[in-house]
Amino acid sequence: MERTQLRRQVALTRQSLFDQGFLDEQFIQLEDLQDDANPNFVEEVVTLYYRDSARLITNIEKALEKNSLDFNKLDGFMHQFKGSSSSIGAKKVKAECTLFREYCRAGNGEGCTRTFQQIKKEYATLKRKLEAYFQVVRQAGPAETACWPK
Amino acid sequence: MATSNGSSTGTKITALVVDDDRVINAIHCKLLNKLGIENHVAANGKEAVDLHCSGKKFDLILMDRDMPIMNGIEATRELRAMGVRSIIVGVSTRSIKQEIQEFMDSGLDDYQEKPLTSSKVISILHKINFVD
Repeated sequence: MERTQLRRQVALTRQSLFDQGFLDEQFIQLEDLQDDANPNFVEEVVTLYYRDSARLITNIEKALEKNSLDFNKLDGFMHQFKGSSSSIGAKKVKAECTLFREYCRAGNGEGCTRTFQQIKKEYATLKRKLEAYFQVVRQAGPAETACWPK
Repeated sequence: MATSNGSSTGTKITALVVDDDRVINAIHCKLLNKLGIENHVAANGKEAVDLHCSGKKFDLILMDRDMPIMNGIEATRELRAMGVRSIIVGVSTRSIKQEIQEFMDSGLDDYQEKPLTSSKVISILHKINFVD
């Protein structure tokens, strides 16, 4: 009984991540890749994303601290970060990255700085939500066959 | 355009994933793995070129455009100049026609927006007649 309730909680938590716009269909692509050979594939990829993207966040932060902003460099960093964020389905993070790049192209330093704060906020929020989600997934135990509603 | 070398042992397709983003590499490798494709990874264009210089061959190369040390355009040109006839598919998030064309002109057989999905990879394999 408890396992059923946990699995229901997993499904509800997962659905809310999509309904609230935190994740897009790319996350479902990751889920589809998960199998018996790699039963924790999604969590592993998300963990890798947060580990590797921390360096990019630091690079962008340092670049934004300079007196004279190098918008090409900033755009380059953000192009990388956006690509990585897209690959895990981080919808809100990706949207803010797009906005940041628009400010880069317009040479708008204030816009870049403001948007970057929003990116960090969305990035941290998603991390928290995904950590909570994966915790419930682990508690619920392995599903017989992952058959998520699309 | 270029034709495939074909794998040297048996019928298993071999692929090289060239991308500096480890998240993308993990996803693309898993995708290829699920389709029964044996895959290797290079973190940038130079590593891809060096692998070929050491005698390695691949049926399919998935080449990212923007990478440090040697980008995908430079690497593709280099590989073609070396006589590499593998199928090279450019993968990037860039969507501007001119940028895509510049990448295609370096010697690609195809271009796909990343991240790849199973259906995109299958369409690549169909196009190059690796599957029915």
